[in-house]
Amino acid sequence: MINENSEVILSVKDLTADVGDTQILKGLNLEIKAGEIHAIMGPNGSGKSTFSKILAGHPAYKVTAGEVTFRGQNLLEMEPDDRAKSGVFLAFQYPLEIPGVSNLDFLRVSYNAKRKQEGLEELDSFDFDELVRTKLDLLKMDAAFLSRSVNEGFSGGEKKRNEILQMALLEPKLGILDEIDSGLDIDALKIVANGVNQLRKFDNAILMITHYQRLLDYIVPDFVHVMEGGRILTTGGKELAFELEARGYEWVREEEAAEVAR
Amino acid sequence: MSIESAPAHAIEPTLKARVDRAAYLAGLLKSRPELSAELAELQGVRDRALAIAQELAIPTTRDEEWRFTDLSSLVQINFQPIHDQPTISFAQIESFILPEAVNSRLVFVNGIYAPDLSAVDDLPEGVLVGNLSAGIQLIPSLQNYLAKQQGSEEVFTVLNTASLIDAAIVHVPKNQEVETPIQLLFVSTSGDTATISHPRCLVIAESGSSLTLIEEYVTIADGGYFTNAVTEIAIAENAQVSHTRVQREGETAFHIGKTVVSQARDSRYTCNAISLGAKISRHNLEVYQTGEQTQTTLNGLTMINGEQVGDTHSKIAFTKPYGTSDQVQKCIVGDRAHAIFNGKVSVPQAAQLTNAAQLSRNLLLSPRARVDTKPQLEITADNVKCAHGATVSQLEDDEVFYLQSRGLNQEEARKLLTYAFAIEIINHIPVASLKANLTTTIRTQQL
Ligand SMILES: Nc1ncnc2c1ncn2[C@@H]1O[C@H](COP(=O)(O)OP(=O)(O)OP(=O)(O)O)[C@@H](O)[C@H]1O
Ligand SMILES: [Mg+2]
Repeated sequence: MINENSEVILSVKDLTADVGDTQILKGLNLEIKAGEIHAIMGPNGSGKSTFSKILAGHPAYKVTAGEVTFRGQNLLEMEPDDRAKSGVFLAFQYPLEIPGVSNLDFLRVSYNAKRKQEGLEELDSFDFDELVRTKLDLLKMDAAFLSRSVNEGFSGGEKKRNEILQMALLEPKLGILDEIDSGLDIDALKIVANGVNQLRKFDNAILMITHYQRLLDYIVPDFVHVMEGGRILTTGGKELAFELEARGYEWVREEEAAEVAR
Repeated sequence: MSIESAPAHAIEPTLKARVDRAAYLAGLLKSRPELSAELAELQGVRDRALAIAQELAIPTTRDEEWRFTDLSSLVQINFQPIHDQPTISFAQIESFILPEAVNSRLVFVNGIYAPDLSAVDDLPEGVLVGNLSAGIQLIPSLQNYLAKQQGSEEVFTVLNTASLIDAAIVHVPKNQEVETPIQLLFVSTSGDTATISHPRCLVIAESGSSLTLIEEYVTIADGGYFTNAVTEIAIAENAQVSHTRVQREGETAFHIGKTVVSQARDSRYTCNAISLGAKISRHNLEVYQTGEQTQTTLNGLTMINGEQVGDTHSKIAFTKPYGTSDQVQKCIVGDRAHAIFNGKVSVPQAAQLTNAAQLSRNLLLSPRARVDTKPQLEITADNVKCAHGATVSQLEDDEVFYLQSRGLNQEEARKLLTYAFAIEIINHIPVASLKANLTTTIRTQQL
């Protein structure tokens, strides 16, 4: 839902970043306003996950130049947990397993960290249980997942659902979904997409990374960006995704090259 | 960190060190407390130990069994037995009493039975949980067990035996199942001088019996002291003992503890050994399977930081066929602390069809933390299954980041991951209040 007058949630200007001595992001620009859904597509290794982890504050990446502003704040100066508590959420492409920590405890600790930040009282386990159950229903997840260790032994699809369950609890202002559709069968995809759609509000935004146009049938983007070599090459509407699916990325590169030549 | 690393000894003047340390031991023996008249019949036990001890010395790091645990700082302190036993009020130790064992507990202060702090009304008839003089009166076979275990000639064990003045005695008769956990609480206080105490336990589980034992070492003082503890457990045919041992001595304390277990055929023994305290601690855990189809389960957790040294030496000796052992030792090491694990498993020719598994998992929380872990399998039987493994890891950046990305700050994230590593061991503890208490300790530990 595009509304020119909405608040700018995320603004990225000329962002460059390295891992070790290798530059991965090479001048990335992006602006996301409240209410919008953005999709980033692009070949393997183009830097999509790197970008998402930089937004969340992963220590392995070093930002060398550029700006990232999140709701008026300099995001790059914030610790990862402060970003999370301020409303940045990353659903990981490969969610980690944490043996020994129950999913329920993890969700509660994380939920209460955010409440504390907002100056609210922590929810006790009774109230939290109730809340988490409504979110489980949203994602059609069995309550048995709560007593298991975080992601341990979960199937690929279950891990992705668990990520969205966390998002449903934390209600971020910016949800970054890194390949939330990979490895999901069509039924699971519908459930996850439906969950994401229900979390949409006029004052939040979603940035999703995907390889497949299929996801965009269920979560319909306002903008589709093509990323390659650590930059956004081109941006279009949802039709662009169909074109990419049909024609691959080669033509985007050629057009870009032609434009640069001109 | 090293896994089975080559020895790296400090050069020591061997002969001189030995003489000094023999003299040091002689000093400890000389000042040992007197046996009371009612226990006079145990004088022989003490004297035999004394005779052995007089040939020995406090070990140096040149001794293979003490390679990594340097007792130089111990032998610099002139430890004395406590002369004026302090009066301890119940309020001072109340927090250590397990609600589940409120009427099945013995409290010892500096190794000496404290009747006013103990209560054993909650036990089935015929079960004895009492001090040494009660044991002598009520258990005719006591002397067949006391200081009779294998391995009882090791230096600190003989020092304990030679210094014997009291003990916790647990005797469970044939086919008696004791469901209430039995707590043996050893409290150290510090006097004006550095004190040494020699806590002692003897546990006899007759055939077909079962019991749950919680053995704890705690302090209500912060002065330096030395606990030299020995626990002997004799498990008869088809009996079952669940044993949880918690060592939370004071920061400047020394703790050397021996647990020696003999298991007759078809018996089952589980030890959950939790080691958190002391400046230097050592736990020698020895299990001797003497019959067929015997099961041994050892779960260990050492969690240390600062400049603590935490050493566990275990030994499981099979002698007959169809025995099993399952051992998991975890060490969490912070700051400049140093954990040591040496796990011996001995499977002689006669112990066919043995199944022994040993896993040593270590988590280093700081770049200067150190762990030395060494499996030591001595297997001569051919038809056996013996698995062992050792890992040394750190908290992964990706794991910490995952938790941070969900709003936990870095310290909370590290604490939660550390807790996650430890909890597998804590979960084996069969007493809910102790489990909860240790969970809190671990969850809030400064990293
Ligand atoms: N921690 C790292 N260490 C070394 N190289 C890295 C690291 N993270 C990313 N890279 C490299 O950066 C490049 C971009 O990786 P990234 O994971 O961002 O790609 P992606 O667009 O998400 O790819 P995919 O579609 O396969 O998920 C790759 O060449 C990758 O190998
Ligand atoms: Mg990726």
